[in-house]
Amino acid sequence: MGPITGLHGRAVVVAGDDIDTDRIIPARFLKCVTFDGLGEQVFADDRVELATAPTGPHPFDRPEVQGASLLVVNRNFGCGSSREHAPQALMRWGIRAVVGESFAEIFYGNCLALGIPCFTAAHDVVLSLQAALVAAPDQALRVSLDPPALEAPDGRLWELDLQAGPRQMLLTGQWDATSQLLAHGAHLERTAGALPYLNGF
Amino acid sequence: MSAGTLYDKVWDLHQVAELPGGSTQLFIGLHLIHEVTSPQAFAALKDLGLGVRHPERTVATVDHIVPTTSQARPFADLLAEEMLGTLEANCAEHGITLHGLGSGRQGIVHVIAPELGLTQPGMTVACGDSHTSTHGAFGAIAFGIGTSQVRDVLASQSLSMGKLKVRRIWVDGQLQPGVYAKDLVLHVIRTLGVKGGVGYAYEFAGPAIDALSMEERMTLCNMAIEGGARCGYVNPDAVTFTYLQGRPYAPSGEAWQRAVAWWSSLASGPEAVFDDEVRFDAASIAPTVTWGITPGQGIGVDEAVPTLDHIAPDERPLAEEAYRYMDLQPGAPIAGTPVDVCFIGSCTNGRLSDLQAAAAVAKGRHVAPGIKAFVVPGSEQVAAAAEAEGLDRIFQEAGFEWREPGCSMCLAMNPDRLEGRQISASSSNRNFKGRQGSATGRTLLMSPAMVAAAAIAGQVRDVRELLPA
Repeated sequence: MGPITGLHGRAVVVAGDDIDTDRIIPARFLKCVTFDGLGEQVFADDRVELATAPTGPHPFDRPEVQGASLLVVNRNFGCGSSREHAPQALMRWGIRAVVGESFAEIFYGNCLALGIPCFTAAHDVVLSLQAALVAAPDQALRVSLDPPALEAPDGRLWELDLQAGPRQMLLTGQWDATSQLLAHGAHLERTAGALPYLNGF
Repeated sequence: MSAGTLYDKVWDLHQVAELPGGSTQLFIGLHLIHEVTSPQAFAALKDLGLGVRHPERTVATVDHIVPTTSQARPFADLLAEEMLGTLEANCAEHGITLHGLGSGRQGIVHVIAPELGLTQPGMTVACGDSHTSTHGAFGAIAFGIGTSQVRDVLASQSLSMGKLKVRRIWVDGQLQPGVYAKDLVLHVIRTLGVKGGVGYAYEFAGPAIDALSMEERMTLCNMAIEGGARCGYVNPDAVTFTYLQGRPYAPSGEAWQRAVAWWSSLASGPEAVFDDEVRFDAASIAPTVTWGITPGQGIGVDEAVPTLDHIAPDERPLAEEAYRYMDLQPGAPIAGTPVDVCFIGSCTNGRLSDLQAAAAVAKGRHVAPGIKAFVVPGSEQVAAAAEAEGLDRIFQEAGFEWREPGCSMCLAMNPDRLEGRQISASSSNRNFKGRQGSATGRTLLMSPAMVAAAAIAGQVRDVRELLPA
């Protein structure tokens, strides 16, 4: 685990509000004891549904975005089930950062634990970004965490937001909380020692 | 900023330290685990060379993948068998109590922890399952987490968290006959939206909430997450204490009086400050049914599927997607919509009072021809209690199947699922596309009594027409 300062790569747009984690990874793929192999199953049912649709294949099946590392979404992305299988599947497909209007909280936390920054931007900003990406899907973008922004090869710049806490954790390589949580053993036992329900009330 | 609420008090008591990123290290009083979201967490723990810090504060059961027809081992589904075997091995290795199949205490994790008295007011409760919000019914701060966080809680009995804002959902009046906690929460989500609660804990309060039983409060808090609120809670009161007294893990003897005094002190007082408040009138709520693909797309059973001009402009693309997916016509009444499958169960509505309400509708009637209807008790204890009062016979005589406990068709990680474009009347919590196991399957969420009414009629029906006047 090291510092995450940004990335450089192409982007895939998945438009729509309230895209839930059942859609990102349907429950039948949760029957596993490791996360290996989930990358192929990401958006499995949506991809089948759109394979024959007049609007064309699902964004994740479009040849021009294969290998993309940035995902651009709209509002309340990742709502529903807490399954970490959802960001795991996205990550194993190749996604390393997400930009959206807003995220469901559990999904956001799951992404952070995997070192995936979830940037936010206002509605109009995300729409303009999505339009630019759909018009020219093969451009490689530069995403930075400090300051949070996204830059196209032609110099066009989109300013993004990234919560201060997660940003600092990613920039300093401390996004995996385990070691931090283990560092306060004495504090932890002091807190536990003062809780009535652990001490006979 | 909120102050003096139950949320604030419980948060403050569980703070361990401030972490470098500015978040809080929060002690977790009760960690519930199950077979789906824990195997990778235990594997990660092993990779890190770590053990379970407080196995005595960790409790396991098996619910998501268990079949509800025959629970004989090994399961026919070898992947399901492997998952249960992995959970059993992990619990044995780390000294964690597992309430397994046939123990008399197995069931859906959000059903068994309350009924065993594990969930208590003032606790922090975490589980790798979004419906952990259920436990807030007791005045606990309870929330779902992902697998990396399950690993963290196993390793450290704590989590890195940011504090939420608190919105009070104040409900005046009284629910009318045939209207249940499920209808109330579907109404709240319909009104505030599935994104409305993001960043908030929901405190449910007011005369209508005070009048709810513990099981109804669990239904309400269970679906806080469907409104975007990671946790929901009800202040503990005499209803809470009466429910807890005598349960296996509840305090007893002299500790009981001390516990009640402490629990009572946690409730949000008159001086409490909330970040936001929204008011509802319980008496105006009808039995509520979803017509779309999010739990916020709900209407009264006496209403029609909304036309686009009745939907906020920014919600219209989702509504259009829902019309297409559900194949329901905007402007058509929801009552009369034919259904194929009727499912009563889940962590939302698989408790004894849910089954009693459905049985009261089913009794002396029969499931309509061609309808598959089944009842899945939320736990082995619920099943035993229901059978003791003959509910299993009432259901079976009415043409419902009576199953073994588990999550069943709520999320279809087991053999119970929709086929093709089947449409279900379901007492569960999510109507997402593909949720019930078929990529084209459709779900109408409603109360257990409404599901029973749909099974009898073969279509969506106002349960109030079937209840004694």
